[in-house]
Amino acid sequence: MRIALFATCIVDAMYPATAKATVRILERLGHEVVFPGGQACCGQMHVNSGYLKEAVPVVANHVAAFDTADYDVAVAPSGSCVASVKHQHPMVARSCGDTALEARATAVGAKTYELSELLVDVLGVTDAGAQLGSYFPHRVTYHPSCHGMRLLRLGDRQSRLLRTVQGIDLADLPEADQCCGFGGTFSMKNADVSSAMLQDKAANVEATGAELCTGGDASCLMHIGGGLSRQGSSTTTLHLAEILASTMEEPASVTGEVRVSTGKALR
Amino acid sequence: MTTFLGMPALPAFGSGNLFAGESFPKAAHRELGNAQLRANLGHATHTIRDKRQAVVSELPDWEQLRDAGSAIKESVMARLPELLEEFEKNFTARGGVIHWARDAREANEIVAGLVRETGETEVVKVKSMATQEIGLNEYLEEQGIEAFETDLAELIVQLDRDKPSHILVPAIHKNRTEIRDIFLREMPGADQALTNDPPVLAMAAREHLRRKFLTAKVAVSGANFAIADSGTLAVVESEGNGRMCLTLPETLITVMGIEKLLPTWQDLEVFMQLLPRSSTGERMNPYTSLWTGVMEGDGPQNVHLVLLDNGRSAALADEMGRSALHCIRCSACMNVCPVYERTGGHAYGSTYPGPIGAILSPLLTGIEAEENNSLPYASSLCGACYDACPVKINIPDILVHLRSVDVDSKRGARKVPSQMDVGMKAASWALSSGKHLGLVEKGLPLGRLAAGRDKKIKKLPGIAGGWTQSRDIPAPPAQSFRDWWAKEHKSAAPSQAAPSRDDKEIQQ
Repeated sequence: MRIALFATCIVDAMYPATAKATVRILERLGHEVVFPGGQACCGQMHVNSGYLKEAVPVVANHVAAFDTADYDVAVAPSGSCVASVKHQHPMVARSCGDTALEARATAVGAKTYELSELLVDVLGVTDAGAQLGSYFPHRVTYHPSCHGMRLLRLGDRQSRLLRTVQGIDLADLPEADQCCGFGGTFSMKNADVSSAMLQDKAANVEATGAELCTGGDASCLMHIGGGLSRQGSSTTTLHLAEILASTMEEPASVTGEVRVSTGKALR
Repeated sequence: MTTFLGMPALPAFGSGNLFAGESFPKAAHRELGNAQLRANLGHATHTIRDKRQAVVSELPDWEQLRDAGSAIKESVMARLPELLEEFEKNFTARGGVIHWARDAREANEIVAGLVRETGETEVVKVKSMATQEIGLNEYLEEQGIEAFETDLAELIVQLDRDKPSHILVPAIHKNRTEIRDIFLREMPGADQALTNDPPVLAMAAREHLRRKFLTAKVAVSGANFAIADSGTLAVVESEGNGRMCLTLPETLITVMGIEKLLPTWQDLEVFMQLLPRSSTGERMNPYTSLWTGVMEGDGPQNVHLVLLDNGRSAALADEMGRSALHCIRCSACMNVCPVYERTGGHAYGSTYPGPIGAILSPLLTGIEAEENNSLPYASSLCGACYDACPVKINIPDILVHLRSVDVDSKRGARKVPSQMDVGMKAASWALSSGKHLGLVEKGLPLGRLAAGRDKKIKKLPGIAGGWTQSRDIPAPPAQSFRDWWAKEHKSAAPSQAAPSRDDKEIQQ
């Protein structure tokens, strides 16, 4: 299968290791990965902040970058960005009365998958250890992000995959379904409330005794990780893709604070 | 634009207790500082949330019930004028009197006038959001009429001269010791040995209220539903105080928002399943009172209904926002909202707190009302409210819609654009092309420099400073994924790294 990677802006700029891990997983399953170079961002920040007019060129760009027959499916290591592509892009196109863009956006959305969704539903991965060689001998807790959970209805796809990683010690996160408080510009416009939500999330993460907290959204993990870091916690965050890509031969590095570039270990 | 003769004026926005006195972030900051409030709220919302989840899970057809509730409400909104006329005809034919009120002031004047006609100076009240919304108690007080709340929680709030902070549990922000202290201080003749035991407190309130029930000649209520094809009103409650008010006095005045209509009796069946389970987490509420006009020799003989608009027509005119009027005031959305759980209801200013308040208040008053334009931002858009809503109001989408109305209403109006405006414009440029983003990413090493030796950014300027108030940002990587990919694929397949087709399209 020819799979187009939508790296998302935050992963592209801040967490390249997550995108590299996504590529590794897919290639390990024997698929060809392409990176449409015109891609930039899903525009969710603009839409959710009410700047629909400013979101139009961002959405148009994404649609242009992915509106091609050159791949079978597109994938992003982010439930929130996939939800934006599927639910918000047609709405943004409608808001500026562009019916052609709306139709193209809907078509792109139909071909776009969140990583665990693609792995489980399309590529038939049921045992990450056996099929991907995933090996991660650490105590981990898992935060299911809101948009994956409620907009994409990912259900237990992510945790199911995690549970089949060899060596993993997966600890249940208390109040896992509670929002971490990021919410894009919400964390700036309502910084106090966002911080209060983050404190509770961080306390729950710490209570599990996990070395790190994982999930399917880089932005939520940046938020949770940023809070843990400020509180001086030794617990960090790591994207689900990096745990799935980790093998006995090429383990994901988990030392230090938030890992930002592990190019050497990956290739 | 030409104005046609006879064209109706734009619907009027609402008035009364629909306005926040200060911005949400400011009010939230204050409320967050109240540790007792947060503890009370956290405990109460978790308890009721779990109860609701348990009774909802019992019903195999819960999702279909939600669909049915949503569809019925949608049909009501589509033919509201016709249903209102049908209701008026049937209610009047059975001896009731209908009054129409455009806004809070008109509704208050009508109610005060009706009470004055009876010659009474005291009324007993059934818990009602509509009368809270119009500030009826305060208005009646100005007119020399005393209104006594008979719902236990409303009574507590009224005795304390406080404001309700939750739709269903108005005193959710108070614990039982605080309540005992209020009773001792404000209830005439309260037993000085009063404990904070809930049954003891309930008995004290009961004794206090019984005198009022037996002497009051006038009652004021709201209504949960109005059934068009029979002209029937319904009040759903837990304590039985409502039934006392609805049956004992001679005059009954009900104030109800025009959106509360249901077309037929059969439709009530759906809502009698949706409301108690979503609201109190009960399979069935203990008391359901229904009345159709006047029954000779039984119950109140003067029966009035004030049909209240107060911005509802304006909300109905907003195609994206109108489904906020589907709300049956169950409060399920606030019990699952992480923002409400931490700030409580007072942070929202208006009578309607929580997620539904964040959309309903600005819809009723117009987003241009400065007091309410921060409300649609009081959400992380986590979507828990939409999942919990028994009539499937897509609160997150309406929040986003209202944010865009707010942003658009300010376009070009400011002399100096806000930081957010400037930032969003710049980000729109950077994120609308792979080339632009690639260029911006070339600056990432600067961020590494700013992060210093511990590879953490701890302070950002301007509005971004909200982030670094309690969170670090990791140092950016030395190389973006885009650059890494281009390098990796240069020798192997140069065409893949060249986004010429896509970028050309965008530049046009």
